[in-house]
Amino acid sequence: MRLVSGYVLLYLGAFFLLVSSIGLLRLPDVYTRMQAATKATTLGVFFSVVGVGVLNPAWLLECLAVAFFILLTAPISGSALLRASYKAGSQIAPATTIDKTPEFLRGDDK
Amino acid sequence: MMTLNLIYVIVVCVSLALTTMRLIKGPDTSNRAMALDVMTTASVALLVFFALFFGRRIYVDVGLVYAVLSFIGVLVIARFLERGIS
Repeated sequence: MRLVSGYVLLYLGAFFLLVSSIGLLRLPDVYTRMQAATKATTLGVFFSVVGVGVLNPAWLLECLAVAFFILLTAPISGSALLRASYKAGSQIAPATTIDKTPEFLRGDDK
Repeated sequence: MMTLNLIYVIVVCVSLALTTMRLIKGPDTSNRAMALDVMTTASVALLVFFALFFGRRIYVDVGLVYAVLSFIGVLVIARFLERGIS
């Protein structure tokens, strides 16, 4: 039972990692790619690490620490990188219709 | 069991290879930095799995330290992209 649930978690994580890399290749610009880069990768690593912890319960605490750290820091680094790439003038996909970031950065989007 | 482990490693390595393609052809620096972030985060999963596979507990700690270093590195790259060297 423990073995089955551990491997299910492990393969769920591998699936999310694969989906995130496919999204990284196929999405049009850096702002949409960041969706795949942060959310799917975080979920993939989280499930993989928790799966290893379930497969070997003696390491569960360490694995949960790694998973918690990934869960804590991936959104921060993604947000910082995205803001920096907007300021560095990264290309926006032509399909984008509304871009409210300048007003947001000025602070008058009340 | 061995086959299941092997399939997992192969799937994660295929994902790493696809991310490397984005790293190579990414149009600008922000795409490359993002691909590098994804690669290091996926490598943490691979490292923790290798800890289970080889039965060495220390690799989990190596994965934790690698995650910390990747986080700091991405923050430094983001700051550099935002303000330049100053």
